[in-house]
Amino acid sequence: MTTKNPAVEAYGLRKAYGAREVVAGVDLTVPAGTVYALLGPNGAGKTTTVRILTTLLAADAGTARVGGHDIRRAPGRVRAAIGVTGQFSAVDGLLTGRENLRLMADLGHLAGPRATAVTARLLARFGLADAADRRAATYSGGMKRRLDLAMTLVSGPRLIFLDEPTTGLDPRSRRELWDVVRELVADGTTVFLTTQYLEEADRLADRIGVLDGGRLVAEGTAAELKRRVTGGHVELHAADAARAAELARRLPGAVADPAAPAVTVPYDGSVGALRRLLAGLDDDGSVTGLAVHTPDLDDVFLALTGGAAAAEGVRA
Amino acid sequence: MSAPGTYVLRDSATMLRRNLRHMARYPSMTIMLVGQPLLFLLLFTYVFGGTMGAGLPGGDRGDYLTYIAPGILTMTVASVSIGTAVLVANDMTDGIIDRFRTMPLAKSSVLTGHVLAAMIQTALALAAVGAAAFALGLRTAASAADWAALLGLLALLSYALTWFTVALGLASPDPETASNLPMVFVLLPFVGSGFVPVESMPAGLRWFAAHQPFTPVMDLLRGLLAGSPDGADAAWAVGWCAVLGTAGHLWSRRLYRTRAAA
Repeated sequence: MTTKNPAVEAYGLRKAYGAREVVAGVDLTVPAGTVYALLGPNGAGKTTTVRILTTLLAADAGTARVGGHDIRRAPGRVRAAIGVTGQFSAVDGLLTGRENLRLMADLGHLAGPRATAVTARLLARFGLADAADRRAATYSGGMKRRLDLAMTLVSGPRLIFLDEPTTGLDPRSRRELWDVVRELVADGTTVFLTTQYLEEADRLADRIGVLDGGRLVAEGTAAELKRRVTGGHVELHAADAARAAELARRLPGAVADPAAPAVTVPYDGSVGALRRLLAGLDDDGSVTGLAVHTPDLDDVFLALTGGAAAAEGVRA
Repeated sequence: MSAPGTYVLRDSATMLRRNLRHMARYPSMTIMLVGQPLLFLLLFTYVFGGTMGAGLPGGDRGDYLTYIAPGILTMTVASVSIGTAVLVANDMTDGIIDRFRTMPLAKSSVLTGHVLAAMIQTALALAAVGAAAFALGLRTAASAADWAALLGLLALLSYALTWFTVALGLASPDPETASNLPMVFVLLPFVGSGFVPVESMPAGLRWFAAHQPFTPVMDLLRGLLAGSPDGADAAWAVGWCAVLGTAGHLWSRRLYRTRAAA
């Protein structure tokens, strides 16, 4: 793989299960040495896309070159070029941490002394040296995840796929994993990751692709995507449905939810806007509480998915 | 990077080491799998042996032990293959299979590792069960050539049955199902020539018992132990093993390529 060629190039990837199209025409390019985040909710097609790119699943249509090799014509060469950490930890629970790493070294055909050295180095780097000779089944979730990633790195791949690497991890483990990804990138490794968290994509990725319903609905840097999001919203809790409807009529752009009852008002995040909104409310008990929501993944999706009627309503 | 396929032996040996470690760290399963045929051996020799032996022409308990030894040995091979199905199903549900499938491994070395480990485990189990049978008074008139053929037949049966149960393990949605499906093979010697002569069964059952795969295998084992193997039994036994083994092998390879981990 030369630096001139992109690490991943995909055109028109499609995959359907029966009538349900899970990946519906995905094009993407990941330059070598960068981090690309595929951002989307559960069921958006993130994992399916990764499974296609890592040769686990054959696409119904489309082509892709991964690590400079065609996934359909040369899957063996693709596998030799990549490292994959799946969504669920793929460690051997009956083996110790050291044996798991050694297994990867042997399958990667590393010579004996080098296998021993790499195993020791990765155990130390991932904070597993003390637990090295315990069975992986006894590890905590965070330790399993670290071992999982360490196993992926044994053969020194220059292109790594991480499918929801921090889902289910506590905040500290999540930060540790982010640090590892940053170190990898500093070494020149290309990272392709999927995540449900805008913050994660924001912190790690050079470019973010937003996947929804199997389609890339937006792509760009974190800053570019945020500019496309008009803002968050303020939720006003109303005393009853009638007052909620009354508030929705009076406040610009507001949408009533009679069931809650509540009213959602668009909000650009500024102090001035909040002050004006509060000034427009009477202190007569019709508003029983409020919550301020800054832009989050929901807002990105609401803003980026044209079909979302609720988003149109909020921003009318 | 060499093309995948040049490391078949090395990758298979690595997977074999992994699977042997699994067996060593999961001893309760091995004990259960070897204990099952041992229990049947004791049960049929001491509880049923007196009565059943009297049903054989001029027979007693000792004759019955000699009669059932082939059925018990076949059951031992089948019993160990249950463990293989469970280990394969564990791999599938663990997600570790996806890791192997995204690595440039030599073709089917993951499965070959399972089969080789199972055959080693089968050899140990057969040695234990065989030793027990001789300790209880099993008599044999086998020549050295008969012994060689007998060991070869057991190895072939183990190879064939293990490939078939690897496929069952791959096809099972979970390890529980994987442990149940191969039970058919453990029970099949009963509906054959394993414990009573098929001639003693009612017509429909007799037809099935005479034609099912394990009957020629058990008849040939019995012939070899008696030092007088039958050519037709040999042809049918080897033929059935070839069919089971080939079908299991092809089915396993197909499932390994196509089936996503649960």
